[in-house]
Amino acid sequence: MTTRRHINAQFDVELRSLKDQISAMGSLVDRHVGEAVAALIERDRERARRVIEADRAVNQSELAIDEQCIRVLALQQPAASDLRFIAAALKMVTDLERIGDLAVNMAERVPALCEEPALRAVEELPQMAAAAQTMLRDVLEAFVNGDPVKAEAVLAADPAIDAWSVRIFDEVQSVMGRDPSSVPRGLATIFFAKHIERMADHTTNVAEMVIYLVRGQDVRHAKASSSPQRSPT
Amino acid sequence: MADVPRAAKLRTDGLNVHYGDFHALKNVTAVIGERRLTALIGPSGCGKSTFLRVFNRMNDRVAGCRVEGIVELDGQPLYRRGVDIEALRRQVGMVFQRPNPFPLSIFENVVFGPRIHALAAGAELEAVAERCLGAVGLWDDLKDRLDDSALTLTPEQMQRLCIARAIAVEPDVLLMDEPCSSLDPIATLRIESLMRELSHRYTILVVTHNMQQAARISDDTGFLLLGELVELGPTATVFTRPRDRRTEDYVTGGFG
Repeated sequence: MTTRRHINAQFDVELRSLKDQISAMGSLVDRHVGEAVAALIERDRERARRVIEADRAVNQSELAIDEQCIRVLALQQPAASDLRFIAAALKMVTDLERIGDLAVNMAERVPALCEEPALRAVEELPQMAAAAQTMLRDVLEAFVNGDPVKAEAVLAADPAIDAWSVRIFDEVQSVMGRDPSSVPRGLATIFFAKHIERMADHTTNVAEMVIYLVRGQDVRHAKASSSPQRSPT
Repeated sequence: MADVPRAAKLRTDGLNVHYGDFHALKNVTAVIGERRLTALIGPSGCGKSTFLRVFNRMNDRVAGCRVEGIVELDGQPLYRRGVDIEALRRQVGMVFQRPNPFPLSIFENVVFGPRIHALAAGAELEAVAERCLGAVGLWDDLKDRLDDSALTLTPEQMQRLCIARAIAVEPDVLLMDEPCSSLDPIATLRIESLMRELSHRYTILVVTHNMQQAARISDDTGFLLLGELVELGPTATVFTRPRDRRTEDYVTGGFG
């Protein structure tokens, strides 16, 4: 996909532009997640507010990419790997947009987490987010390079994030049981972890699309029975 | 001999066609399913039309043409000595790129085949004309002017008439060599729709330069390149995840 060229050079221009836009959108939502986590660490409500505002740019990217995909479908009638690229692009932007929304959701938890001294589990959130962001960066790299092996590695990384989320949930639940005054902070902590876990799920969706567009092989739901802990998407 | 799948209408195995020194088809092995619409795509000179014409032995008329290998219709060899070519061409009809009605009336065009093959006579011929013109969607428009010259028709009507003429002798197989390439886009869509309808009753093999047409109308698509059948499979597969890189390059317009 990366090395092939078309007799119709304009088609190459369109596909390259789409690829660049998707890649840029992925980097943008990655930055927003990073900012939401930084706002949490710094206990900075203003920084969190900026993340919420900045989501507009993510939504605009989604609309622009969708529109360009529809235009390519109508005007270039792509086939085979080109068609899979467009189909994958349309799905991937939805997942990237959802990751942008999750960055907003994380930022929305920051004020509650600034109110009181943080629970111990909050210390783990930046590491957990960093692991999910690594998955996201890897999948974007796999997309740009057409690398299904890297995309498979991203899929393989997801269960660890799921398990991490469960551990945090259990720890915070027992703290809340002992100390009812910790419930607001505790809930915000659990939600934050859940947002990170969902972000990783959307990242695996993108990884599945990368495998599909490179190999023409649909790997979605292949392991549905063997990984019951993964939330449906 | 290998087993012939029950649904195989046409089959080749190790088919080679030469025109003098030119090796037009190279070791082509293919199964064409019964009552399926199979499109043949590929660049000019790749052997599509030669492959098509193998099945009604039209290539026999080309000087220096040699056909080797297995070619079968309903499991029966077509290139054995003693094959009745007239009967074969009745069973395997052909529609050409340019509509080529005879300079006769509309009615005489349709009944020409049944008359010379003595399949029908007298009033039966009128029933044949109604049935065949009806099948190609011309009866209502033309039933009151059946004695007009076929040359007064529009190009689309002429092509429909040629299809009616082809099915009038009750063939099993229709070979179509770029049947829409001289028609405008709307007439093309209407003929395509007719081809889809006909594919429920006939085995249709169509050569087309229009890949979107192959994608729209066919059940199976075969891609030929330099005399080789690179890939033959379900159209939806060929256009979404072809097996061969050469097919991929052709259907995407890619290179390099």
